[in-house]
Amino acid sequence: MSNTGTSETRTAEQPQHKVCWSCKGPVEASALFCDTCNAIQPPGQLDHFTRFGLERTFLIDVDAIEATYLKQQQLLHPDRFASKSAREQALSSQQAATLNGAFETLKNPVARAEYLMRLAGHEPEGGEGHTVNDPALLMEAMEMREALHDADDRNAVDAMIKDTRKAARACEKDVAEALEQNAYDRAKKLTTRLRYLMKMTEEARAKKSRLAAA
Amino acid sequence: MALLKIHEPGQTPLPHEDERQLAVGIDLGTTNSVVAISNDEKPEVLRDTSGGNAIVPSVVYYGADDDPVVGEAARDQINDNADRVVSSVKRLMGRGIADVKSIAGTLPYHVEVPTEDAEKSGEPMMVRLNVGDRVLTPVEVSADILRALRARAEESLGKPVEKAVITVPAYFDDGARTATKDAARLAGIEVLRLVNEPTAAALAYGLDNGAEGLYAVYDLGGGTFDISLLKMQKGVFQVKATGGDAALGGDDFDHAIAEHLLAERKSGGTTDDLDASDAKRLLKTARKVKEALTDADSTEITVSLGGSETTHTVTRAEFDAMIAKLVSRTIAITEQVLDDADILADDVKGVVLVGGSTRVPAVRRAVADLFEQDPLSDIDPDEVVALGAALQAEALTGGSDNLLLDVTPLSLGLETMGGIVEKVIDRNTPIPVAKAQEFTTYQDGQSAMMIHVVQGEREMVDQCRSLARFALTGIPSMAAGAARIKVTFNVDADGLLTVSAREETTGTEQEVAVKPTYGINELDMANMLRESMVHAREDMEMRLLTEARVEARRNVLAVQAAMNADRALLTSEDEDNIAGAIAKLEAAMSGEDRDLINEQAEALEDASRPFAEARMDARIRQALAGRNVDQVN
Ligand SMILES: Nc1ncnc2c1ncn2[C@@H]1O[C@H](COP(=O)(O)OP(=O)(O)O)[C@@H](O)[C@H]1O
Ligand SMILES: [Mg+2]
Ligand SMILES: [Zn+2]
Repeated sequence: MSNTGTSETRTAEQPQHKVCWSCKGPVEASALFCDTCNAIQPPGQLDHFTRFGLERTFLIDVDAIEATYLKQQQLLHPDRFASKSAREQALSSQQAATLNGAFETLKNPVARAEYLMRLAGHEPEGGEGHTVNDPALLMEAMEMREALHDADDRNAVDAMIKDTRKAARACEKDVAEALEQNAYDRAKKLTTRLRYLMKMTEEARAKKSRLAAA
Repeated sequence: MALLKIHEPGQTPLPHEDERQLAVGIDLGTTNSVVAISNDEKPEVLRDTSGGNAIVPSVVYYGADDDPVVGEAARDQINDNADRVVSSVKRLMGRGIADVKSIAGTLPYHVEVPTEDAEKSGEPMMVRLNVGDRVLTPVEVSADILRALRARAEESLGKPVEKAVITVPAYFDDGARTATKDAARLAGIEVLRLVNEPTAAALAYGLDNGAEGLYAVYDLGGGTFDISLLKMQKGVFQVKATGGDAALGGDDFDHAIAEHLLAERKSGGTTDDLDASDAKRLLKTARKVKEALTDADSTEITVSLGGSETTHTVTRAEFDAMIAKLVSRTIAITEQVLDDADILADDVKGVVLVGGSTRVPAVRRAVADLFEQDPLSDIDPDEVVALGAALQAEALTGGSDNLLLDVTPLSLGLETMGGIVEKVIDRNTPIPVAKAQEFTTYQDGQSAMMIHVVQGEREMVDQCRSLARFALTGIPSMAAGAARIKVTFNVDADGLLTVSAREETTGTEQEVAVKPTYGINELDMANMLRESMVHAREDMEMRLLTEARVEARRNVLAVQAAMNADRALLTSEDEDNIAGAIAKLEAAMSGEDRDLINEQAEALEDASRPFAEARMDARIRQALAGRNVDQVN
């Protein structure tokens, strides 16, 4: 098989309310629980930002959404439903998985940027394993890889980790700016670069622990 | 207890007393197992009837015709009946040919390895053990241990015990987790949750200390090493990262000593040709040496094998040198996990020691050096996991303010062209999780696609563990690259994986619960259940009856809540019908007839349908009138 990338989520116009599976009465489409009978509801199609009560923007306070995440997980996690009916357990598992997915996406700057692009109808550049045709980026990546290859003590690798992290932080700012200005082509390129920088940081870390283990 | 308790949504009242069965926590260890129970967040281990030991050695003796004997008594048979004694079976849970080849030599009994042919056929092929005249799977042996623990709990509590939280090493893969659940099923235990051992240990410490911050749990037992980093904040335990080695532990220390003793004998002119029983006895001696060196600087031991006796002195310094490599391996893995989580050793507020092998001074020293602090050890490292499991069992059956958020220990992926692994879910992803990836066909008119699910961190398929293979068939004829095949991975809160594949343009779908390649197939499982559990059927019936009651009670509560909310929409005729149906359902619920309960539940649904429709209509009318729903009521 060959890969065609992560499948996407699109949001469509949603009806205001639906039928609660438990009491059969009306329940708001976005509700986690039925306000009449308290039954847990299926996750539905909320976009991740709405789920966390946020505007659709790249600049978010990750600590604040983590607090929301923990609060919601306290209510939705399957451990809260261990003595409930099989159906409620299944719904809780779906809700908790959806919440985990939403938090993972928003927490990671690359995933968040790509998600914002998709919400705006722009397909981001392919993920890992796809060819990148930005010569400047290819050059930069090659140089970083060589530098990492040549770095043969912990200090040198440490310095590299610092550098790539700094570059990643700067790149994140650029991504934010591009998205702010709806400059999607630029945002796509920058996001690809950000992905590279984060991957390099990861590889450098892996090398550091290899050196430590040796 | 407060008279009035207000519940958050979803956290409806505790189940009725009669349905709240006892749930215990079980640490099903490689070497030792422990069972514990918690009441009012005070967990305690359950000891044998004489009030003695909490530890049950995970050893089973299979006598000629008798029932299996578990624990200390089984271990005592090692000297005389070595070929009928099984130990360290946990190392074989969910394992296949390759792993067994690499560890078989280190196991003190004969392992029957499945043939390569059977392996290739894709049928689940589990390792079997030749024990005396029996052939047993690791799952059956584990089930015997679990039965003994269950019996101990029932005896000690004087009540039937059917539910348990069972702990597994965080590093256990999908195959080993499924095998553990299967073993519980054979032993008639409903697994409320599989919880990772280090998480359970942290739970035991966290609740006691009300701790906030980052903690490391270093667990070195008999056969496994686990290291986990947990963050505790606002009543939530979050596993940040986890790593380990499923085949590294105190047993390896024993082997090192055994080899040392053999080498000394050899240089003294004794050449040994060990059979299984000799090996078991030598390892037992080695273990004594090791445990003695925890408290003493040196120890003397006599080895008697093949009629020749030798005396040896082993010093702690010598022992430290023998295990130095093994210990630094645990430290290297720990550093890797810290790096993974982007955490410095300094950031760690406390280090929890778990497992008997953390009593070894060289291990303690290495851990203390790495984290630059003395590790916590005020809870007995043998008991801490079971105590945490008991707390979690209580939380799951009785409610709790704390929540445990766990992660996948290993990456999950699919084989793509050229045997390369495409990761779908990265390790350390919080669970439960559902993730989808799209693939396409690479040949014109391709009508089927093999889906090969693997687990592990390496890039090539043959370096990862193969979990399952299945085919998505019936793909309509299309040009290469036109089909859109969405493969969805679902990992539940126990860390168990289900995979489904769907061709998006036509909706052709296939779903498999990933039965690991080295697991037991459903047919074998059914046979074992039939053979080994006279009560299997009744247990199943009982479970279904309980489930029907739970569902019926939820139904009644939901209808009553709706009547309270929208009484104005309730005609007196509907009200009478509903009241009648509820009365009948409640009568059925107090009986034992599951079909009757389901029938009356349906009748209640029919009786309340007009009312439910009236409620929907009213809401739609409000919406059409453009009024805000919140302003009504
Ligand atoms: N005092 C001790 N000194 C050194 N090792 C010990 C001591 N007590 C127990 N052990 C070792 O701890 C291991 C068992 O640890 P345990 O946590 O019970 O294992 P598991 O979790 O694998 O069942 C065995 O290898 C045993 O020899
Ligand atoms: Mg253990
Ligand atoms: Zn409802």
